[in-house]
Amino acid sequence: MAETMLYPRDWSRQPPADAPDYLSTRARSPKRPLVYLPDRALQTTGPVFNDDDLGENDWDLLTNYAAPGASANGPRILMHGRVLDENARPVPGALIECWQANAGGRYRHVNDTYLAPLDPNFCGCGRTITDDDGAYRFRTVQPGPYPWPNGPNTWRPAHIHFSVCGASFAQRLITQCYFQGDPFIPHCAIVQSIPNADAVDRLTAKLDLDATVPHDMVAYRFDIVLRGRFATYFENRPEGT
Amino acid sequence: MKPTRPNTKLFHETASQTAGPYVHIGLTPHATGIALYDHEAGSRVAGPQTQGERIRVHGVVWDGQGDPVRDVLIEVWQPNAAGHFAGSDTAEADFQGWGRIVSDFDTGEWRLDTIKPGAPEGQAPHLHLWIVARGINTGLHTRMYFPDEPRNADDPVLTMIDVAEHRQTLIAAHLGDGAYRFDISLQGASETVFFDV
Ligand SMILES: [Fe+3]
Repeated sequence: MAETMLYPRDWSRQPPADAPDYLSTRARSPKRPLVYLPDRALQTTGPVFNDDDLGENDWDLLTNYAAPGASANGPRILMHGRVLDENARPVPGALIECWQANAGGRYRHVNDTYLAPLDPNFCGCGRTITDDDGAYRFRTVQPGPYPWPNGPNTWRPAHIHFSVCGASFAQRLITQCYFQGDPFIPHCAIVQSIPNADAVDRLTAKLDLDATVPHDMVAYRFDIVLRGRFATYFENRPEGT
Repeated sequence: MKPTRPNTKLFHETASQTAGPYVHIGLTPHATGIALYDHEAGSRVAGPQTQGERIRVHGVVWDGQGDPVRDVLIEVWQPNAAGHFAGSDTAEADFQGWGRIVSDFDTGEWRLDTIKPGAPEGQAPHLHLWIVARGINTGLHTRMYFPDEPRNADDPVLTMIDVAEHRQTLIAAHLGDGAYRFDISLQGASETVFFDV
């Protein structure tokens, strides 16, 4: 049996449940400590996804909701990267779902009432499955910053929400990807709830000039790391045997 | 006890961020009026070929002020009636074992249609739930156990929770006829037990 435990989650790099400057956490953060439960079933099983489950255009937010021949409004970007685990191994077959505001900072959601208009050719969601190298890509528009009710004048940096279903349910992750150099990042209570500067930097997509498509779109790179497994007890026996 | 083996990590897990109030766009677009995908992920835990007792679970996630969390999204992960997880050769082809639940945006009431799970590895039958919403920085893991289930008495997770009132937060109420009620409290005297998995 080569199954080994996942590394425990390193909470020093995760935002605490109760982050006082992020007001919504006050009434929604558990007050008792989490009960440590390295759940074998959760660490070794999880939903499995097939490319057949997805539409072939799902990854392309520029066109997946657009009228025929049309495209979403705003700066065209390629958002791409890899899903790896903490042992630097690729995670193939991971379902990545993303959602975001449009270029004006408005979400296509019944509860979003921001005055920026909806884009009729953009719904702001997409999904894909990582390939054998753990690689993924989305084509989309760069989202706009938007105001949020966390104070009299508070703005979210431009961001894309990412949901990742990896190889096991204990790796389940939802996060947000920011953009290199965004001046709102140091002012955002959600970002700053992360107590580790390197962990914040890793959430910031970097301009990737090499992947930029000439005369078409700018590329950003965002790699995602899921929890990895301890090496097997028997060091002379490779994992999987 | 956390393991004390040396860790050989090369990378660190990406930091979590809240799913925010608009999580439905990304994970359950139909719920916010976006008809984009033919097959929405997590829309059915168990298909018609899946064996087992059909059950329906009702609930509300409550915040610390006693208000329902109206924008919550919950995922369930569970084995089939024989205790086998989807993806194994022994699970039915139309058993996904995974589903997404969205609450009513006005009332916060949610509902899960599934089958009663079997008991994995000497534990009592339970549903594993993962809860995300605005104001929740890292998704919260919990379990729903069934009342009147004799195996609860020996379940290793229930028995490791010393305080009876805390243990009780993991046990649903039976409404009869395959229906259960499982309310989740994020804070307060009835705060649900959440796990670091
Ligand atoms: Fe957002």
